[in-house]
Amino acid sequence: MKSILRNGLWTNNAALVQLLGLCPLLAVTTTAVAGLGLGLATLLVITASSTAVSLIRHRVPRDVRLPVFILVIATFVTVTELLVAAWLHEIYLTLGLFLPLIVTNCAILARAETFASRQPVGPAALDGFATGAGFALVLAVLGAGRELVGRGTLLDGAEMLFGPAAAGWTVTLVDGDVFLLAVLPPGAFIGLALLLAAKNRLDSRD
Amino acid sequence: MSLRPGLTLALFVAISLTLVTVVHQTTHPRIAEAERQAVMARLDQVLPSGYDNDPPGDAYSRPTPLDGASPLRVYPAYRDERYLGAAVEVETRRGYSGPIRLLVGIDAGGRVVAVRAVSHRETPGLGDAIETRRGDWIHGFAGRGIGDPPESGWRLTADGGEFDGITGATVTARAVVEAVHRVLLDFERHEEHPP
Repeated sequence: MKSILRNGLWTNNAALVQLLGLCPLLAVTTTAVAGLGLGLATLLVITASSTAVSLIRHRVPRDVRLPVFILVIATFVTVTELLVAAWLHEIYLTLGLFLPLIVTNCAILARAETFASRQPVGPAALDGFATGAGFALVLAVLGAGRELVGRGTLLDGAEMLFGPAAAGWTVTLVDGDVFLLAVLPPGAFIGLALLLAAKNRLDSRD
Repeated sequence: MSLRPGLTLALFVAISLTLVTVVHQTTHPRIAEAERQAVMARLDQVLPSGYDNDPPGDAYSRPTPLDGASPLRVYPAYRDERYLGAAVEVETRRGYSGPIRLLVGIDAGGRVVAVRAVSHRETPGLGDAIETRRGDWIHGFAGRGIGDPPESGWRLTADGGEFDGITGATVTARAVVEAVHRVLLDFERHEEHPP
C-alpha cells in the first residue's frame, strides 16, 4: 500500500516521470490556483474512473476494453464539469475551457489500462488517488512558480476555489508583471524542465 | 464471432448516457441560475446610477450587430419615467477561445458608464485581464462614446487606435474593443427614441 502511494506521488509520478497529461499541465498552470483547481478535478476523475474500471474489469471483453474505459472516463469528466459549473461557478469561468481537457489526459487511461483493470477495487482506488495527487501536486507547484516569477504574486484568486474567506490569502511580492515569459506558453516548458531537473537531482543523491 | 463485445459496449453507452442525462437535468437549473447571478451581480456596476425601475424585469432582446453572435439583451434604466440609459449584454465570437459575453452600460447621452466581462474562456493569466479582479484594463472604456475617440480611434494602439492592448492577449483586447464600439454604434441608432 505504501508502495502504491510512493509510486503515484514520486517514483512513477504521472507528470514528472511518465510525462503524461502534458497538454492540460502546460496549458493551465499560469497561476497556483488554476493549477490546483484543475489538479483537484483530475484527482477526482482519476480516482472515480480507476474505481469504476476495477469494478467492471471482469465484465468487459478484451476487444472493447479501451472504448469502455474511455467512455467511463468521459462520463466522469462530463459529470465533474457539470457539477463545477453548478456549484463552483466562479472557478468554472476560469477553468471552463480546460475541464473537458481532462478527457485527453492519457495519465488517466494509462492507470485504467495498466493498473485498475488488473487489480481489486481497493488498490485500484488508492492507485488512482495517488496518481491524481501526484499530478495535482506538480500542477500546483508549477502554477505557483510561474505565477511568482511571471506576475510577482502567489495564490491570486484563491477565493474562487476556497470561498470568500480566502480573498486575503493572496501574497503580492511585486506590483505589475515581472517576467511575463513565465506565464506565456514557453514558460510552461521551461518551468516543467526545471522541475524535472530538480527531481532527477534529488533522486540521484540517494 | 461473438456478439458479446458489441453488446457490452452498447450497455456501457446506455449507462453513461443515463448518468450524464440525470446529472445534466439536476444541475441545469442551478447552472442557469449561476449564470443569471453573474449578470445580475455586474448589472449594478454598469447601469447609470439612480434608477428606480427594475431593469431585469424591463429587459428585452434585439438583433446583435456582431457576426454570428447571440442577440443583444438590453436592460433599460428609468427614473420617474425618464430614460437614464441602459446596460447591453453582448456576445462576441472574436475572442481567443469561445464566446466572450460583456455588459456595456451606456447613459442616455451615449457615453459608456462601465464595461464588465460576464463570461469568457480566455487564457487564465493572460486574457482574463479583462476581468476587474485581474486588471484595470476594462475601466479604460468609462466615459468614452461615439466620436470620443473618433471612429478611427476605436482600435488598439497596435492597430493605430487609442486603446491599449493587453500583453499576451491582443486578440482578446481587440475583440472587446470592437464589441463595445459596435454596441455604441447600435445604441446610437436605436436609442434616440427609447421604448
